[in-house]
Amino acid sequence: MIEVEHLTFDYGHGAPVFQDFSWSAARGEAWTVLGPSGCGKSTLLNILAGLVKPGVGAMRVDGQNLNRPRPQTGLIIQDYGLLPWATVRENARLGLRVRNYYGPDGVHAPKDYARTMDVELWLERLGLLPQAAQFPGQLSGGQRQRTAIARTLALQPDLLLMDEPFSSLDAPTREGLQRLVLELWHETGLTLVTVTHAIEEAAVLGQRILLLNLPPNTRPQIIENPNILQPGYRESDEYVALCRSLRTMMETA
Amino acid sequence: MKRRDLLLATLALLVIWQIAAMLVNQPILPTPVQVGAAFVEELGKGLAGHFLASLWRVIASTLLSILLAAPAGLALGQSKRANDFFAPLIYILYPIPKVVFVPIVLLFLGIGDFPKIVIIFLILFFQILVLVRDQAAGLRPELIRSVRSLGAGRMALFRFVYLPASIPGILTALRQSVGTAVAVLYIAELFATQKGLGYYIYLNGNTLFNYPAMYAGVVAMSILGLGLYFAVDWLERKLCPWLFVS
Repeated sequence: MIEVEHLTFDYGHGAPVFQDFSWSAARGEAWTVLGPSGCGKSTLLNILAGLVKPGVGAMRVDGQNLNRPRPQTGLIIQDYGLLPWATVRENARLGLRVRNYYGPDGVHAPKDYARTMDVELWLERLGLLPQAAQFPGQLSGGQRQRTAIARTLALQPDLLLMDEPFSSLDAPTREGLQRLVLELWHETGLTLVTVTHAIEEAAVLGQRILLLNLPPNTRPQIIENPNILQPGYRESDEYVALCRSLRTMMETA
Repeated sequence: MKRRDLLLATLALLVIWQIAAMLVNQPILPTPVQVGAAFVEELGKGLAGHFLASLWRVIASTLLSILLAAPAGLALGQSKRANDFFAPLIYILYPIPKVVFVPIVLLFLGIGDFPKIVIIFLILFFQILVLVRDQAAGLRPELIRSVRSLGAGRMALFRFVYLPASIPGILTALRQSVGTAVAVLYIAELFATQKGLGYYIYLNGNTLFNYPAMYAGVVAMSILGLGLYFAVDWLERKLCPWLFVS
């Protein structure tokens, strides 16, 4: 699904964030990208989203070179990115309105896109029907992020990118949303890439964990974590041991 | 603001006026009842026409300034380069009291509606330009990033983000400057015209010495200013309901 080949990227000052960096992710996998601030994990996500052009190297998503945001890729960010003047329902429709505006041109919307404004099923699935007529200013952080998720999933993405999606939420809300995202990932079969600085989140949401360190990142460190869907995983010894070893790896790097 | 409170405040003002008129007891301060009667009588004798002439000038210049200032403000708010270029110019022109341009605009544009519309336009234009620019520039880059990720290019960003984001700025600008606009309209209507409330008030007060009619003109001008203010209020509730939820 994702192929990064010999990527070199810098911001024009300091060490390059990535140097001859290669990494790939298969369709349907759930990845987390873990690392300290400034390690380049958000940069990698922006490149994957097509919002930042890669410098040197090749970047392919679903076999296509990436030059601009791809209509089948969804992005969830930490501060939700909702329009303050639009209700939950209108916010959830925003992606569809953008697609209807351009039509199925293959650039802004997939070629096989059929016009619709229907988001009711997603509002229901995310438990937002009672809030559908409210504005973002009236919602809790968790409800705002669920609105952003509904807006993205309404576009039926095959790749979902999340940039520190739950960092500003309280612990119970965060855990609820992590569970919800795993369910949705499992139901829809999309490829999931979550960027986080939180070790626990990386261990909960990542079937496979890509660990980045301070620049330059030259080779991917990958940690396998196959049992994230098992009930009670969050309380298991395996989870605790993984968190401990991830912490050690981050500290020694 | 509650309707009942507004009504009570109006009543209180009328009572104060009545008492003041009784104390002064001279033709230069008629009572509210006398002015009310004159207002109704004058409406049929031309006051309505003067009112409509002034209203038309304000509405036309408001629409003109929104039409020109909002897109310009949006463009400047979106492009740091363009804003860096124009910001010093706006910085100098914005605080100049536009009323001093009245004689110049009249010299150049002469008589008729157009120079009056231009003068009010000058006031509203800069106010809207600055507020819309700041509102567009204040949109968080994160919001733009996430809307771009939904497939939005420049056109869709403009249509779905920048355009709706500018509406509160336009309304705030109108709220702040509609009072000044009506005041300057009064000044502008003292010159080179025989239509408009400014002319009407001056004519009755300084030429015909018909004080009740002059006061009727003042009341009409107040109604014009208040009406515009209420209209902006109403539009804000209609167009920006999200600003009024707790």
